[in-house]
Amino acid sequence: MTTTERKYPAPAVNPEIKPFFDAAAQGTLMLKKCGACGQAHHYPRAICPFCASDRTEWITAAGRGTIYSYSVMRRVPVPYAIGYVTLEEGVTMMTNIVDCDLDAIRIGQRVKVVFKPTDGGPPVPVFTPA
Amino acid sequence: MTIKGKAYIAGIFEHPTRKADTQSLAQLHAESAIGALADAGLTKDDVDGYFCAGDAPGLGPLSMADYMGLKLRHMDTTETGGSSYVIHVAHAAEAIALGKCNVALITLAGRPRAEGMATGTVPRAPVAASPDAPFEYPFGPTVVNQYAMAAMRHMYQYGTTSAQLAWIKVAASHHAQHNPHALLREVVTVEEVISSPMISDPLHRLDCCVITDGGGAIVVVKPEIAKSLKRPLVKVLGAGEAPKHQMGGKIDLTYSGAVWSGPAAFAEAGVTPSDIKYVSIYDSFTITVLITLEDLGFAAKGQGGKLVADGNLISGVGKLPFNTDGGGLCNNHPANRGGLTKVVEAVRQLRGEAHPKVQVRNCDVALAHGTGGSLGTRHGSATVIMGRE
Repeated sequence: MTTTERKYPAPAVNPEIKPFFDAAAQGTLMLKKCGACGQAHHYPRAICPFCASDRTEWITAAGRGTIYSYSVMRRVPVPYAIGYVTLEEGVTMMTNIVDCDLDAIRIGQRVKVVFKPTDGGPPVPVFTPA
Repeated sequence: MTIKGKAYIAGIFEHPTRKADTQSLAQLHAESAIGALADAGLTKDDVDGYFCAGDAPGLGPLSMADYMGLKLRHMDTTETGGSSYVIHVAHAAEAIALGKCNVALITLAGRPRAEGMATGTVPRAPVAASPDAPFEYPFGPTVVNQYAMAAMRHMYQYGTTSAQLAWIKVAASHHAQHNPHALLREVVTVEEVISSPMISDPLHRLDCCVITDGGGAIVVVKPEIAKSLKRPLVKVLGAGEAPKHQMGGKIDLTYSGAVWSGPAAFAEAGVTPSDIKYVSIYDSFTITVLITLEDLGFAAKGQGGKLVADGNLISGVGKLPFNTDGGGLCNNHPANRGGLTKVVEAVRQLRGEAHPKVQVRNCDVALAHGTGGSLGTRHGSATVIMGRE
């Protein structure tokens, strides 16, 4: 089974997270990293969830990682794979695994980021086998 | 300060309907409330504390106090999804211990079937301004595929199998056959579970709970009132609650917030897992039960599959009887929220009022646990331990 395109709902962008989606529109995956404790986090916040510092900064992620977990949603008109990908930067993010054989997806598989257009909004980061 | 022995569960009611085509939401709440008050031997005029969650209509306690004509001096609307009502029992005990109310009423109701809600397989529209939503909703998170990711990781990390998960449904079905109100009363086999249609890998249709309308209510009272009533005495011994979330991206789907709510409840109650004669475990999906039992200390992490297999959760057969009403997997999951019915069946067991075919002998200490929200993203875990006096 391969992925046919599922329509991606648009993310509701707000000022706190606009840089993430502006970068996504340019094909770049951004993360937030804390200038106080040095840790990256996701989803991105103005306030660090680890140390509560407001010295968080946008960094560019390499866009490579491994599948932490996934599930293929079968009982829908267009089956799709939801997943969590652990990035090289150490954070794990919810995403889709796309452009591949859904039955061949495995935990631990290496993946890379690609961006998919959404329904009236900025593109979102999804992952495909590296 | 502790709630141990400071409050008793005097009234319980599980609404018998499973499809409420002819009742309103407020009506279902009120019918449940009247049922639990009648069970206790109390009336609505005795109620001075009211507890409800996000399923209540309108402005929650304001709308329901208005509808039912309640005069209140204490309200609590703690909302942690399906586990809310387990937390409400603890918060009611706290309020009673502090003298903030004497008779606390907790209600739950909903009609997702009558409303034709696509409960598990369609992403739910995000609550306004949820900070996580822009980073989740576009990817199609549904209730079932989020829990499925927890199951997939548990299988990968610990070797848990679909057959082990299926045993949880099998045990629930053995109990449900004796419950005339249960939505699904047919006993199923492991083979039937794992050959049922795959909904979202690795969860099959029969790994998923039922979708039902209905509701329920609980009445928690101060000791003097409990002892003046004619019902068996069921005492709140201890409770714990905790949220678990994504920890800034340090995600670990193999455990739940029960790792925190459980020890807190056991410590307050002064008991250990080996003292528990019966457990009501929130069973939105089979994986929810397995992970929760590990986290509560009934099995080592990763060993839950062995604990639940081979009928070990079946009353009269195994060592750890669970969800003897058939649980959410077979009996009832009113309003897509199963926490309240977990407390109700635990109280039935402690009173000796469970169905004779599933009643646990000498059931003096029981545990009820709720998991609200999603194991795959964020959830509220709540544990309450109760004892027969």
